[in-house]
Amino acid sequence: MNKKVIEVKNLRKTYGSVVAVEEISFEVYEGEIFGMVGPNGAGKTTTVECVEGLRKPDKGELRILGLDPQKEGYSLRQRIGVQLQETALQDHLKVWEALDLFASFYSHPVDWQILLEKMNLAEKRNAAFNKLSGGQKQRLFIALALVNNPELVFFDELTTGLDPQARRNMWDMVRDIREQGKTVVLTTHFMEEAERLCDRVAIVDQGRIVALDTPANLIRNLGAENRVVFTINGEFKAEKLNELASVTRVEQSGDRCEIYGWDEKLIVDVVNALSKNGCAFRDLRTEQPTLEDVFLALTGKEMRD
Amino acid sequence: MRGILKLSLTEMKLFLREPMAAFFTLVFPLMMLFLFGSIYGNKPSAFFGGYGSVDMSVPAYTAMIIATSGLLGLTISIATYREKGILRRLKATPLYPQTILTAQVSVIFLMTALGMALLIIAAKIVYNLKFDGNPLNVFLAFVLSSMSFFSLGFILSGLLPTARSAQVVAMVLFYPMLFLSGATIPREVLPETIQNYAQFLPLTHVVNLLRGFWIGNGWAEHLKEVAVLSGMLIFGVAISARTFRWE
Repeated sequence: MNKKVIEVKNLRKTYGSVVAVEEISFEVYEGEIFGMVGPNGAGKTTTVECVEGLRKPDKGELRILGLDPQKEGYSLRQRIGVQLQETALQDHLKVWEALDLFASFYSHPVDWQILLEKMNLAEKRNAAFNKLSGGQKQRLFIALALVNNPELVFFDELTTGLDPQARRNMWDMVRDIREQGKTVVLTTHFMEEAERLCDRVAIVDQGRIVALDTPANLIRNLGAENRVVFTINGEFKAEKLNELASVTRVEQSGDRCEIYGWDEKLIVDVVNALSKNGCAFRDLRTEQPTLEDVFLALTGKEMRD
Repeated sequence: MRGILKLSLTEMKLFLREPMAAFFTLVFPLMMLFLFGSIYGNKPSAFFGGYGSVDMSVPAYTAMIIATSGLLGLTISIATYREKGILRRLKATPLYPQTILTAQVSVIFLMTALGMALLIIAAKIVYNLKFDGNPLNVFLAFVLSSMSFFSLGFILSGLLPTARSAQVVAMVLFYPMLFLSGATIPREVLPETIQNYAQFLPLTHVVNLLRGFWIGNGWAEHLKEVAVLSGMLIFGVAISARTFRWE
């Protein structure tokens, strides 16, 4: 097992009478991409900000890179990179000035010219912050989070508000950051993002971690069925498919059919049965359970944007 | 150390890029000077106790710049920085919180001083400004006045929930003070009742102090002003230490 970079035990944080974090414990290991998912208000951001030393927990033991974030905040902030949710820079601050400024806050900054290139911002170096697009701003915030060559990087809702193309670019950047040997902690409310990007995912709901594992294990433990979905051309009673051994359940509404089953052979059986019955179909696809289903099952909630 | 210098330098650049702030601190006082200078000139008159209109306007306009910087500039910029999350982002770096605020205050102080310097230079060149005071006293009075007004700005930015409301309240306090304190219109032309009420405006004491030192008064003649402004500063720091919010 790799070295622990984050240890959180029994973290609790309230704002007045509002309990943001009920009780949260977890560990993050060197070199992993660790995700926290959950709806808005679940306590992800509060947890991350306590870990970063930006908020004072009411209770709990926290060791980040071996440091106490409250007592050794200065040393900690020298070694971590942070991208915050809902933040901005000064309107008229130029991209290069922002990097130059933030580099001056750290004892061992990297050459920010390289970051500028890497984050695809070289053309925008003289653009003011308020003239940047959402994706460009987010890339600048990533560059600022990396300007001190941190061992541990936090991304809070990195891709919220970005278009799908920009979101995928962000994912590549996060993977690239991990390739450089850094540990990444991210929060997101996009299940697909967590599933594709994270080595381990903590599902957070109402201030608690309700599940923590690799995305594959979380999905497997859910024990949900696979699905084959297709549209029929013509007349066909999908109920007939219930006779197949691999099928557990059939749903049909009009010409749209959904066939459920556990077996890996489900799709083969269904397609064979359809052609044997001379039934023409189109738009056939299989659907595996996703992290979204896990989330739904665990919290009983739809993910809201 | 490098951080605070770079932050201050950057904030200074940003100040000059912000047309409104730069205009009201640096350009508008000069416009006032030239407008009223061209109307009234700077002939010594009994009305101003042997000084010219410009001689008495320069310390008064300095008070105006102080009020602009402290009440409007600082209040609005701190409230905006907080609302946008800029303070939060800066706080997530190894900068100490007090460093972040010190940089803001130093920059606005330097800009206020620059506004005063431009005013003095222009008045000296164009209207042969007369000055009978002790420059050190004037400078100390300027520092005290600036800091006490900056502390007011910190209170406002801490108490008011949004940048917008901070701006509105700052304006409501600023404009009456500007016209009634003698910072723009010479107090001598205002009715006596208004002059009496004006004693309750902090800016009146700044105008009195700066004008007094300008014509060569000593500290003994201005104990009241010094006491009021020092009290305001202590009160302001004490209150804003409790009410200041980073987000």
